[in-house]
Amino acid sequence: MRQSLPALLTKRALLLLYGFFALFPLIWMVVMSLKSQEEVLTTGFIFKPTFENYVTVATGSDYSRAFVNNLIVSIGAVLLSLIVGIPAAYALARMRFKGKENIAFTFLSFRFAPELFVILPLFIIYQRLGLIGTYYGLIWVYQLITLPLIIWVLRGFFEDIPRELDEAAQIDGCTWGQVFVRVMLPLVRPGLVSAGLMSFIFAWNAFTFPLLLGGDTQTSTVAILAYISSTTVNYGQVATAATISILPSVILALFVQKHLVRGLSFGAVKG
Amino acid sequence: MTTRMTSEALLREQHMRQRRADRFRPYLILAPAFLLTIGILIPFFFAVYLSFTDISLRSPNYDLVGVTNYVQMFTNPDFWHAVSVTLRYALWTTGIELVLGLGVALLLNEDSRFTTVMRLLLTFPLMVAPVIATLIWQLMTSPSVGIVANWLRALGLGDFQWGAATGSAMFSVVIIDVWVYTPFVIILVLAGLRSLPADPYEAASIDGARPITMFLRLTLPMIMPFLLIALIFRLMLSLQEFGIIFALTKGGPGDTLVGMSLYGYQQGFQFYDLAKSIPVMFILYLVVYLAANVLINSWRRAQTHAAGE
Repeated sequence: MRQSLPALLTKRALLLLYGFFALFPLIWMVVMSLKSQEEVLTTGFIFKPTFENYVTVATGSDYSRAFVNNLIVSIGAVLLSLIVGIPAAYALARMRFKGKENIAFTFLSFRFAPELFVILPLFIIYQRLGLIGTYYGLIWVYQLITLPLIIWVLRGFFEDIPRELDEAAQIDGCTWGQVFVRVMLPLVRPGLVSAGLMSFIFAWNAFTFPLLLGGDTQTSTVAILAYISSTTVNYGQVATAATISILPSVILALFVQKHLVRGLSFGAVKG
Repeated sequence: MTTRMTSEALLREQHMRQRRADRFRPYLILAPAFLLTIGILIPFFFAVYLSFTDISLRSPNYDLVGVTNYVQMFTNPDFWHAVSVTLRYALWTTGIELVLGLGVALLLNEDSRFTTVMRLLLTFPLMVAPVIATLIWQLMTSPSVGIVANWLRALGLGDFQWGAATGSAMFSVVIIDVWVYTPFVIILVLAGLRSLPADPYEAASIDGARPITMFLRLTLPMIMPFLLIALIFRLMLSLQEFGIIFALTKGGPGDTLVGMSLYGYQQGFQFYDLAKSIPVMFILYLVVYLAANVLINSWRRAQTHAAGE
């Protein structure tokens, strides 16, 4: 359908307007992070870029510790979810058994349970078990974030594989385990990578769990709050900490563009 | 003769064993995932039980007190205030995100280099942790270093106080939520728009249908499943939003932004009164659960409807 020039220009203008709203905060954050402490106060666009904030945040602060904590917990949570989630997704996609849909929905419902409702009793249990402030404790509770996503997205990818393929392999005498490892796993590998990366992004951005169950093991989302609420707040450093913290998820998002819709909707929409 | 009988019996037994293994295998495969999350399920039931006790974080002992906590909660105006904050927050954010997201998705639904680049860039805010998004907005609106504060001064709106004033606090958290999550709606709706068949549109334009009619009669019903998925996810999560409000004002000024999650947090972790906190979160859970069920059913209906059945 051809459109008139004014119509096209209006559309572009509206898009640019929303684009400004969506992207300016990010641009401004990066600009602030590159400013020296004096220039931050001028709110101008012309300045001499410096990396001094990055050096300070990376070396002289607790923030780098929190960044590493977040990496350990998020990667740990995703790996654990993959180990138990891949076979579970396969079973939910391919095998016939009683209560299948109920089990699948139970996993999904974890995602929608209010986090605080889970945290309150878990806090007592974690206190007794000594899990508060440990990597294990956080990795465990993060399963509520990463496992439903991995199971549901991968289930969809397994279902996409034509049944003839595993049936042919079974006729050739493969056991279900061989079918799973030799036929299915290689075929879902792209989906596996996307699901893993997506769940990493969600784990990386988690806040309520690490705030209340993390104890001294702060993740970057929690530690950054200490920055802005301190009395001697250094705005350049806050912007730098924010930039560093956003970078991993934005970069990973570039790699999952193809399966973004699927990941975001837990497989409900096959984009 | 006898040897043949035994081998047949053996075969049959082997077959039976095989079938039994087949029947139990799915559960065995699912067991690890389930055991991991059962650790979370137990606290869930434990929490419901605790809501009928007088447990607090101050002492390790607690007694059953029946429905006292619930009676106290339902007769407490603070609880109803929290319900109202939660509902207003959820309806404002979800409503704005759906309308704005649908609009932007329609604008993006054409093939050009400009829209291809925009489609990629506009997903970025969604990758930002809500807490960090809040921080960025604080940097922009700070009276001392904020560039938006500067712009507002130039427009004569220099005394706009964002999260610090009762009148604008809700607006401030809603705009941050909209900033983060509108891309979510855009992505889903765009997927719907790209899956639309061309034929009905050609038929309609031959019949001389106006664009607005085509949108209402063709596009909207066909992308309804996608819109509903976006609605389900946004509503479920905005009803329990905690991070943005916590990071911006901790519920303030006063109790302006103390929704159910914040209320539960304050009772539990500031006043150590778990017995008051858990019932609030339990009610929130029930609301989310019921809303999800209703919406998922209408999504299933919309899906068959959109498929033309």
